[in-house]
Amino acid sequence: MLVLALDTATPAVTAGVVTLDDEGPRLLAERVTVDAKAHGELLTPHLRDALAEAGAGMGDVDAIVCGVGPGPFTGLRAGMVTAAALADALEVPAYPVCSLDAIAADVPGEAPLLVVTDARRREVYWASYLAGNRVEGPRVQRPAELLAELGSVTRVAGGGVSLCEFPAAVEVVGTAQPSPVGLVRAAGSPVLEGAAPAPLTPLYLRRPDAVEPGARKRVSQA
Amino acid sequence: MTGKVVLGIESSCDETGVGLVRVDNSGAVELLADEVASSVELHARYGGVVPEVASRAHLEAMVPTMHRALRTADLRLADVDAIAVTCGPGLAGALLVGVSAAKAYAAALDVPLYGVNHLAGHVAADTLEHGPLPKPCLALLVSGGHSQLLRVDELASKITEIGSTIDDAAGEAYDKVARLLDLPYPGGPPIDKAAREGDPRAIAFPRGMTGPRDAKFDFSFSGLKTAVARWVEARERSGEAVPVADVAASFQEAVADVLTAKAVRAAEELGIGTLVISGGVAANSRLSALAAERCAAAGIQLRVPRPRLCTDNGAMIAAVGAHLLLAGSAPSSLELSANPALPVHTISV
Ligand SMILES: [Zn+2]
Repeated sequence: MLVLALDTATPAVTAGVVTLDDEGPRLLAERVTVDAKAHGELLTPHLRDALAEAGAGMGDVDAIVCGVGPGPFTGLRAGMVTAAALADALEVPAYPVCSLDAIAADVPGEAPLLVVTDARRREVYWASYLAGNRVEGPRVQRPAELLAELGSVTRVAGGGVSLCEFPAAVEVVGTAQPSPVGLVRAAGSPVLEGAAPAPLTPLYLRRPDAVEPGARKRVSQA
Repeated sequence: MTGKVVLGIESSCDETGVGLVRVDNSGAVELLADEVASSVELHARYGGVVPEVASRAHLEAMVPTMHRALRTADLRLADVDAIAVTCGPGLAGALLVGVSAAKAYAAALDVPLYGVNHLAGHVAADTLEHGPLPKPCLALLVSGGHSQLLRVDELASKITEIGSTIDDAAGEAYDKVARLLDLPYPGGPPIDKAAREGDPRAIAFPRGMTGPRDAKFDFSFSGLKTAVARWVEARERSGEAVPVADVAASFQEAVADVLTAKAVRAAEELGIGTLVISGGVAANSRLSALAAERCAAAGIQLRVPRPRLCTDNGAMIAAVGAHLLLAGSAPSSLELSANPALPVHTISV
């Protein structure tokens, strides 16, 4: 089956066409641009171009897999609404995937893994994995707090790694952002089975910045 | 079934709008559906629109609102011939949701996409109610986000700004004065209601930008808002009760007076015979009554769409798309991006 995979939870605008069968996902074509301001502009053209390179059209798509964050950029919503609209118009299911899970899914091996991405405002999003399964997170925290809490981390992945001062022994593995294959792999068996997808709900992890107005400010001199 | 179906998507502020219109070769634009999901109640406790809250609400509402519009029109997505979307001006994060959705729908359905100007949408709203606009006409757009006087030569290609607010939008002044008077947000309807019981001549509030040296067709509502605040505070200090109805009526009179005086003067000086008033504040009872009175006296035809079409909606955006189709305008590229500061003379991108 042909799966369209997309993610806008990191500074990357990620679009890919993946073929999926019992052997697992295999990349046919991808378009990735790292520019946190370009999600709205480039995502749909990237999807179109990746499909063209794969020798396919919109009508050939069987399923969509979409990273749902956590992501600090307003662009997260560009990816999610794109996935929702494509699924609606093409009448195919759209499967949500935690973007950190997709990064983890690209890292081979069973050893413990920490995935960290940039949450901006001097914070990181993170989740930890054991034998490919998420055991904690996703959460948002200051890097120092995360390090104090985690203690023994041996392998890290994700674009937020450079924001944390990991001990020298910690091994950096995997990619900075989710890949199309990682997204499809993380979405798991429901895609191939054609199971009903979970709702496409963004992982914001933070409440909107908004303050309720206090007492009225006076304009006249007392 | 003849004609082309145009889908319109609007998400520039706190309303998620999806509209459908049918346009035929004669130029007639028929309204098929106009569905809006508003997040206004989520913003009420903050006293104004919170961009992140609005953007989150747009994402949730987009596909359900689309389905409601299609159901109302008894159409399927496959019946859509073109898509128009607001690409500015407006809140960046909010615009992004509508633009991204429109691009995905256009790519999936393989139909042309038109990124259009929200302000042109407010003008086009009137064509859904009263038919084609005479050329040229003058448009006064008043809402929480805009206060502008536009010369409209050609809806699809030539709109020129004659004047605009130099500070607050008229609707913003309503919200702030409502807060002063302990009336709810948004301030337009409660002030209008309170004003009906009050005397519009009770307090002489200033008319901004009406001096001989001021720009003839620009507006200012910041000074008025401050004058109301000073007046209310003086009353409170003296221990007297604030006459809410009189303050509301006198404030509303000042707003309506300036807006209509400038619009009518512009129409006269430019020799334009038709004035369209649109935007959320167009529904204000005193503004429409005074505009009707002054336009009649000056021999100007006044057109005001029904309140539902005056506030932000997707049908008005579909109407702009219909006019672009009729004019044979080139569609936008799929690289289209939102432009929060899109100038009014850029009708399509
Ligand atoms: Zn508006």
